[in-house]
Amino acid sequence: MRNFLGHSSRRLKAAIAFPLIGLALFLLSNRVDELRVYQGANVAVFVVAIISIILLTGYSGQISLGHGALMAVGAYAAVLSQIYWHLPVILTFFVAVLAAAGFGAILGSAAGRLTGPYLAGTTLALAVGLPSLANQFGFLGGEQGLNYDVGLPPAWLGADFTQYKWFFWISGLAALIITWLSFNLLGSHYGRNWRALRSNPTAAALMGIHVGRSKVLAFTVSSGLAGLAGALLAMTISLVTPSAFPTSLSFSIVTGAVLAGVTLLTGSIVGAVVLVAIPEITGALATHLGGSEKVTSNLPGLLTSVLLIVAVLLFPNGPQAIMKRTRKSSQ
Amino acid sequence: MSGLVISELNISHGAIRAVNDLSFTVKPGELAAVIGSNGAGKTTLLRTLSGLKSAHSGSVEWNGQSILRKKPEDLVRSGIVHVSDGKSVIPELTVKENLALGGIWRKDKKDVALATAEAIELFPRLGERMQQSADTLSGGERQMLAIGRALIARPKLLLLDEPSLGLAPLVIDQIFQAIKALRDRHNLTVVLVEQNAMGALRIADIGIIINLGKLVASGPAHELIDNPSLRAAYLGY
Amino acid sequence: MERLFNTILIGVSGGSIYSLMALALVLVWRSTRVVNFAQAGQAILSTYIGYEVITHTDNYWLAFPIALVAGALTGALIDILMVRTLMKRAHSGPVAGIAPVIATLGLLGLIRAIVGMIWGGDLRQFKLPVSNHGFTFGHNTIPFAPINLLIVVTTVVVMLIFSVIFQRTNLGLSLRASAYQPEIARLAGIRVDLTRTIGWAFAGAAGAVAGMLVTPTNYLSPNSLDLLLVSGFVAAVIGGLESLVGAAVGGLILGISLALVLEYISSSLAFPVAFVVLIAVLLVKPSGLIGAKRTRHA
Repeated sequence: MRNFLGHSSRRLKAAIAFPLIGLALFLLSNRVDELRVYQGANVAVFVVAIISIILLTGYSGQISLGHGALMAVGAYAAVLSQIYWHLPVILTFFVAVLAAAGFGAILGSAAGRLTGPYLAGTTLALAVGLPSLANQFGFLGGEQGLNYDVGLPPAWLGADFTQYKWFFWISGLAALIITWLSFNLLGSHYGRNWRALRSNPTAAALMGIHVGRSKVLAFTVSSGLAGLAGALLAMTISLVTPSAFPTSLSFSIVTGAVLAGVTLLTGSIVGAVVLVAIPEITGALATHLGGSEKVTSNLPGLLTSVLLIVAVLLFPNGPQAIMKRTRKSSQ
Repeated sequence: MSGLVISELNISHGAIRAVNDLSFTVKPGELAAVIGSNGAGKTTLLRTLSGLKSAHSGSVEWNGQSILRKKPEDLVRSGIVHVSDGKSVIPELTVKENLALGGIWRKDKKDVALATAEAIELFPRLGERMQQSADTLSGGERQMLAIGRALIARPKLLLLDEPSLGLAPLVIDQIFQAIKALRDRHNLTVVLVEQNAMGALRIADIGIIINLGKLVASGPAHELIDNPSLRAAYLGY
Repeated sequence: MERLFNTILIGVSGGSIYSLMALALVLVWRSTRVVNFAQAGQAILSTYIGYEVITHTDNYWLAFPIALVAGALTGALIDILMVRTLMKRAHSGPVAGIAPVIATLGLLGLIRAIVGMIWGGDLRQFKLPVSNHGFTFGHNTIPFAPINLLIVVTTVVVMLIFSVIFQRTNLGLSLRASAYQPEIARLAGIRVDLTRTIGWAFAGAAGAVAGMLVTPTNYLSPNSLDLLLVSGFVAAVIGGLESLVGAAVGGLILGISLALVLEYISSSLAFPVAFVVLIAVLLVKPSGLIGAKRTRHA
């Protein structure tokens, strides 16, 4: 009974909290300059992408180094559905989710049978090879890519409502909805199955959890989210090109997830902010130090990698282990 | 003090205290049998003595020097050699390679050759199977190979983890006799961990009986064998 | 028939390089149980060092051993500075299982950024050490050129050296023992930490050789070896990931099949084919085509 109450009160809290967060964010977007709004949109995109990794790695225990490629699948699906079927923007997002989820389901049914190194290597292969395929098929637009246009903000929002603000509203809303859905998903029996799976696959199987099916489901859901993130990312640059989805994008998302603590949905915002802040920090650093173009263009990559290595070396058991310790000592 | 001196040793296994305030001494040249049922903490004790596992508190000294917090490979080089239970051979390698492994790090290659010859003399079956993969050996032969490899390191303190595990009675007898012969010939100090209480105590000088990580009884082996209450409760015969 | 034969020859040459990369991955996998994605970075760093030597001395044959040593040193350093700490600290929690892989990924990014800072992103080219014009028999020129011969011969020599080290020396015995049963190896007195460092050094050297061999017929940029990493991984998986012979054979199988597809079907299919081969091998025969007996866990 207590459990039930606790659970429903958590739901209630979430039901109040999410609209409030949304409201606060939207009010905030009126107060800051264009660059910040644009960065806010990017943070929202990364939140969705990082959540896709958290669901996969943090909960079902699978690893993917190729989510950047799945984002590309989503983005291309969205833009193609806009070009060929003339779908409204909102539907192209759904197409992105479905296409990436479908791709992920196929991949996941292979991947569900793979462990550790094989899964990592296979998904990495995808990250390296898949986006470059676009160069080899004419209808994918080659290196120039395809234009993806979500349109101007609706007139009723007023004349001074900018395009970037519109991006922010769309991606912010998407991120909020995805976070809320993920909370509920993880609270459901699917979430419990995944957790059981991660901590001990054999025990999970003995408890009657269908290990293979559970893993494939996690991979599918995660891929769908990555697809959405891809479409949102394409929206912010109004373009779908292979170079928008480099191998380093896949690595960045994983970095974000590791910084987020891999199992903390709320941590995704931390990871996303860090990812968006890195280019700005390194930019400031570069102007301060006045290095050459070679140095400046590689600073973000350097910083991301160093963060990733440091995070893994310092908290190989997750930042939660540290937090638990400090909580204990503060009591 | 010389020999192996264990005092107030505590070893944790996750949240479980696997060895609890354990103290005993094995004098140089003694063959000590550590007896206890499954889960008594025998293997944990041995893994700590050989440096594979770290102790929670307490001390272990060998010839006056603490051996806690030392790496297994360093302990081997100082003469403390652990033969872990049944699977202590590398099945992917040949019998010859498994034996050679015991002496790779030794400088005195002449003595390595001599020790290898002695090991083969003690266990002639190994000599017949030198080129075979260790995978093809029977359980008893694997045990012989593991002990043989340990001998090539010229041990002073030999730690044996359940050498009788899963072997036929006749083979067990053979292994136990070999252990006793080794002790007699090389004046080794031996800690023999066993569930086979009777077999182990018969060749041992002293016996240490532990249960759930605690010392139950210790003393000269023949006295333990004759003690009726221990017999019923712990020795199981 | 002649076309088929020529295609296979080219496939053997390409496959040799995959074999070397696979060998580098297998060496680290055996000693550390991690697929070292940073290998692409280590190889590119070594190759750039080789490139520097070539630009200054105009001598590929001098650059080659220097790159090889640089690769070995980088490998050893990575093990000592990063892997050792990681092995000690990672044991439980949601990240522990993936920590080593993530760390190699971070390392790949780090090396790539450093290489980019030093040499920039421009495509560069090696001067060819030997001709890339096909051998001529009478008035018949085949695609297989001296450069391909160099690649194949060097690979064979490297493989032979490794097999002698592994099968005939005490060092090789220690390496094998530590790879199969690290705990038993330690109990036999072997310094497993040290053998792991040596394994990383060997792997680094093999990767450097792969980089130095593939670059003359290609170009050099901070991520020009990424695809080679993927091919090397596929080759290693075909070979069962555990076995050195498997790595060699896996590379050849992949190289020849890619050459056949490129020649007879379409040149744009290289990646999809490699990917399909990978998935097919993993689904049909997860232990690899070359009989690795051990099961694939962790």
